[in-house]
Amino acid sequence: MKTKVLIKLATQSILKNKMRAALTMLGIIIGVAAVIVMVAVGFGARSRIRAQINNLGTNMIVITPGAAQAGGVSQGAQAFPNLSIEDVDKIRREAQVVTAVSPVVVTRSQVIGEAGNWRTLINGVDVDYQTIRDWQTASGDFFAVEDVDAMRKVAVLGKTVADQLFPGSDPVGQEVQIRNVPFDVVGVLAPKGQTASGSDSDDVVLIPYTTARSALSGRSFIPQILASTASEGDIPAAQEEIRVLLRESRETEDFTVRNQNDLAQAAEGSTKVMTMLMAAIASISLLVGGIGIMNIMLVSVTERTREIGIRLAIGARGSDVLTQFLVESIVMGVFGGLIGLAIGVGGSKILGHFTGWETVISPIVMLVSVLFSGAVGVFFGYYPARKAAALHPIEALRYE
Amino acid sequence: MNVIRTEGLTKTYVTGTNEVHALRGVDLTIGTGELVAIMGSSGSGKSTLMNLLGCLDSPTSGGYELDGVRVEGLGKNELAAIRNQKIGFVFQGFNLLPRTTAVENVELPMLYDRSGRKRDPRALAIRSLERVGLGDRLDHQPSELSGGQQQRVAIARALVTEPALVLADEPTGNLDSRTTIEVMALFQELNDSGITIVLVTHETEVAVYAKRIVEVRDGRIVRDVPVKNRRLAATDLQEVAA
Repeated sequence: MKTKVLIKLATQSILKNKMRAALTMLGIIIGVAAVIVMVAVGFGARSRIRAQINNLGTNMIVITPGAAQAGGVSQGAQAFPNLSIEDVDKIRREAQVVTAVSPVVVTRSQVIGEAGNWRTLINGVDVDYQTIRDWQTASGDFFAVEDVDAMRKVAVLGKTVADQLFPGSDPVGQEVQIRNVPFDVVGVLAPKGQTASGSDSDDVVLIPYTTARSALSGRSFIPQILASTASEGDIPAAQEEIRVLLRESRETEDFTVRNQNDLAQAAEGSTKVMTMLMAAIASISLLVGGIGIMNIMLVSVTERTREIGIRLAIGARGSDVLTQFLVESIVMGVFGGLIGLAIGVGGSKILGHFTGWETVISPIVMLVSVLFSGAVGVFFGYYPARKAAALHPIEALRYE
Repeated sequence: MNVIRTEGLTKTYVTGTNEVHALRGVDLTIGTGELVAIMGSSGSGKSTLMNLLGCLDSPTSGGYELDGVRVEGLGKNELAAIRNQKIGFVFQGFNLLPRTTAVENVELPMLYDRSGRKRDPRALAIRSLERVGLGDRLDHQPSELSGGQQQRVAIARALVTEPALVLADEPTGNLDSRTTIEVMALFQELNDSGITIVLVTHETEVAVYAKRIVEVRDGRIVRDVPVKNRRLAATDLQEVAA
């Protein structure tokens, strides 16, 4: 028989028992909807984390001290103050693939401005920092190379700091005091929002690292070096290059070079496990739905024994009967899958709307879940269909 | 030209250690255009004979030639094809698909036709239903039709493939006497137009409408005679009406 005829037959016989078909499909519907919602929430969380990581900067590489071994005992990162400005200069001079590099000298301090005072992070950085973090200024400009070389007391304020110290006015051209040292505000940064760990990226003041060392910390220790490359593909080469350059001046590899993807993967790891776990639980519902289909198909085969007998008597082959019942369970599976898909997509949207979670519905997951429910139909429909096809026409006709 | 020719047809059912000899060697020849009633009480083997003639079952031994095709030893799928193309079945319980319209029921055999003939199932089904006088009941479901009308639909389904043989198993078993005569009148009318019909029945009142009676007892043919006082159902129908 033609596929069109088969599908029409299957649809007809499903429609003859609407309530039963609906209840049978419910298992598949709930299963598919649950899988779609779970995966949408999981993917949403992942894409948010990825966006936050990318927010750090473009093609960023982070060099931190530590990872040294002392007598066979591995020390944690930042255990030793062993990155220096010489390392930064060496990378800047000799590295080929690295296009931008900047030290980050971190201090925490009270900052006093026109409207009050605010405790914030003071980062002493180089001009390349702007490139590495891909951070535009909302007003004014970033400080220049001359400012760094001359250790000028200039500052660029993060959005949060600017709002706290100069509410309603432009801080550019005004003055702030950091540890009683006056700084000229030359720029205000564009807002970047939350970091992956949930802290506020805009709660920061950037000053030249030279100034930070001379005027604030007085130490030569560099807690972090940031670097970046022109393209994402250059990152591994750049990491290797930095590793080789830094190792030249020391005996051991007492530093760690990581890139953004490492950070992203670490952060994504847990959500990935969660998503898979939730999807696995949801697919159990699909399995239960499949068993429901098998159950109803078995009942249906028994109920329709006479019909099978008639069909066999007038010339249907066993394979025709097998196909008919198989198509019926596939149609139920796929149809249930499609309804589940609609409910899942709708449910994810509604959930996203009410909770504010980002939900991402991937077309692949949609396709896979509908195909999978069709496969559930095949798998659980095969045994009842085989039973129907194996009936003997005489016995089937005589069945009361 | 013979439609049916069997030689020494036997059928033995084995249940555990018991052997039941349902047919013990049947030689039967039925020619084109005959209207034969196969009679016998229950347990006589007439149902087994009808199953073998209808290619619903295979004989234990013996030969069977249907419309020039040797049937014994054929596989399940080949038997299905022969049933589809050479035999039209009419059953006691009508055996129509429930919740399916008359015209769809009649179309059914053509859905399973693999011979590759190009036909218009819908048009043929309508023509077949018109032939049995149900041209105005095309879209009625079995539950909306009387017993006589349901049996007419079943006959239309049996005729639609233009089979070599129409095989009717107790076709009037579920019908009242008036409807019985109506259905027999239809069979006689179809037979007059050249269709070979084999009726299986245990009622003498039905068998008298046939041209020939074959009686089966204990798995053998015990009587094979032409009907002397053959009744015409059409005439009987007029008497009943009057």
